[in-house]
Amino acid sequence: MDIHEYQAKEILSGFGVEVPPGALAYSPEQAAYRARELGGDKWVVKAQVHAGGRGKAGGVKLCDSDHAIHEASEDMFGRKLVTHQTGPEGKGIYRVYVESAVPIETEFYLGFVMDRSSQRVMIVASAEGGMEIEDISANKPDSIVRSTVEPAVGLQDFQAREIAFKLGIAPGLVSQMVRTLQGCYRAFSELDATMVEINPLVVTGDDRVIALDAKMTFDDNALFRHPQISELRDKSQEDPRESRAADRGLSYVGLDGNIGCIVNGAGLAMATMDTIMLAGGAPANFLDIGGGATPERVAKAFRLVLSDTNVQAVLVNIFAGINRCDWVAEGVVQALKDVQVDVPVIVRLAGTNVEEGQKILAKSGLPIIRANTLMEAAERAVGAWQNDLSQGTRVRAIT
Amino acid sequence: MSILLDRDTKVIVQGITGRMARFHTKDMVNYGTNIVGGVVPGKGGETVDGLPVFDTVKDAVAATGAEASLVFVPPPFAADSIMEAADAGISYCVCITDGIPAGDMIRVKRYMMRYPKERRMVLTGPNCAGTISPGEALLGIMPGHIYLKGNVGIIGRSGTLGYEAAAQLKELGLGVSTSVGIGGDPINGSSFKDILQRFEEDDGTEVICMIGEIGGPQEAEAADYIRDHITKPVVAYVAGLTAPKGRTMGHAGAIISAFGESASEKVEILSAVGVTVAENPAVIGETIARVMGKAA
Repeated sequence: MDIHEYQAKEILSGFGVEVPPGALAYSPEQAAYRARELGGDKWVVKAQVHAGGRGKAGGVKLCDSDHAIHEASEDMFGRKLVTHQTGPEGKGIYRVYVESAVPIETEFYLGFVMDRSSQRVMIVASAEGGMEIEDISANKPDSIVRSTVEPAVGLQDFQAREIAFKLGIAPGLVSQMVRTLQGCYRAFSELDATMVEINPLVVTGDDRVIALDAKMTFDDNALFRHPQISELRDKSQEDPRESRAADRGLSYVGLDGNIGCIVNGAGLAMATMDTIMLAGGAPANFLDIGGGATPERVAKAFRLVLSDTNVQAVLVNIFAGINRCDWVAEGVVQALKDVQVDVPVIVRLAGTNVEEGQKILAKSGLPIIRANTLMEAAERAVGAWQNDLSQGTRVRAIT
Repeated sequence: MSILLDRDTKVIVQGITGRMARFHTKDMVNYGTNIVGGVVPGKGGETVDGLPVFDTVKDAVAATGAEASLVFVPPPFAADSIMEAADAGISYCVCITDGIPAGDMIRVKRYMMRYPKERRMVLTGPNCAGTISPGEALLGIMPGHIYLKGNVGIIGRSGTLGYEAAAQLKELGLGVSTSVGIGGDPINGSSFKDILQRFEEDDGTEVICMIGEIGGPQEAEAADYIRDHITKPVVAYVAGLTAPKGRTMGHAGAIISAFGESASEKVEILSAVGVTVAENPAVIGETIARVMGKAA
């Protein structure tokens, strides 16, 4: 789960990381008022969206008056910010963060990630702050400093010092740097984060080490023990179909294609999407309905997949292991009777009692296109969609 | 022959009184797995479906001589159960549980390092379908009847995709020595590399099938290992060619976050070390048959 910059800063500040004074606003008036409260004569207005690359996309503005703040935030509110991380649809701006501007001397990159190779938390730092880490590793790979944390004892001060010295931090600021690194690590491990990124971390003209931006991602599997973090979820930043799916216990990722997929198992779901592509089509979604393909779950899945108006055919691929195909088939038939399905449906069943399952589908009288193998199913799904297209009888109007 | 598990392996089920655990325990017993009991703290002395229940894994090991354990414990308590098994002298543990916090798994992996290598527990999973040595024993939730006994060793991150491969092999009359699910989580007990080594040493395994997916470095690490240490033919399939970058595809570990973690990059890395890559999931079986010199 992602959170906003202002939330990450509040958390990190509680762990001893220094951040600029700032305040949240829900309207341009409030933004201007917040600036007056903060005092000073230079502020930064920052769109709060769950995506990086805000600066280049116009989501960060430096202002030197109430008026400028009002104008800058008026421009942001209600708009969709499109950055290189959001996709073309962008993310809605409903909150802005107003911060006192800080005189920047030097910028650093600082990241904490779950390193899957060492199976430990890894610190990644670079003196090339302000650039994206992907660009740093592509263009300045030698500037990257890495250090892994031994989980039994946590981050040691000497490790933090080593990083500080390698980054070329002035000796007088090393202890501030150590405090920042320790704070981030403690926040990461105590709150079950999967990523903490401070980009840039800056040294100011008056010799302070400050987190100018902050991003945190949390382990969804650990939210049960951090209710205060769960509360920070902001559904306005999620794909509405994905939020709905998550609320219904389904694992769904929306894509750009037009062949909807309903599959059990994550690996098989990805494999199904790939097969659709190899057959010349494009998948509309990833959807894993889990091990138990009950009629209710299948019906929920159909509703969800069809809520995407681009979907022009639905491919159901179920490998019945513990379940039986006849039972899954009954579920599909029941779901098709419950849910108005106005596109071709292709069903491929495999596993236990597959013949009985096929019989149930055939006897249902429903216009189900059956397939025996995964490739056949994908080809028929792509074929059914192209057929509709060529006859000009496309079943769904694209809205 | 098989790896990790055979008909004589004495198995306990941690969390045996849960609804799913009971269902699958019956299934495993019917398959022929030598289940000798279960562990549920506070329910020691009871029996469930004729099997004795113990309060601790140590008690279960002392009373039954259990060597392997299946962890069927809810996510908040699963890491603790794995560590309990490791401490009680269990030599092989399969964890089925999906949804264990990654931070807990980091601690589990660190904890297991305290035992010298020769008596360190082997863990596969979490978030996997389990391990099966067809005709011998089943330690997990997979449908036993789709596996024929034979000489293909399977290692996979995905459950149902592993079923798909086994079913395709059965259709071609080919069987499996052992199929090991290493699970879909970012921090897992055993990697492809760990299991590849066991298949290389197993006389009953002729060819190895690796089923990978997007996310993480383990397919690339396996490629290095195959180049340097594996003499048996390896066939691979990698799921997720159409998966977008930065999105979690069902499995917590199925997310492309770094270079070399996409399906096409993994296919390239594996092909470069001589692994035969099945182009699509529908031809995993026939690709293995071809490599084995058996016309598909």
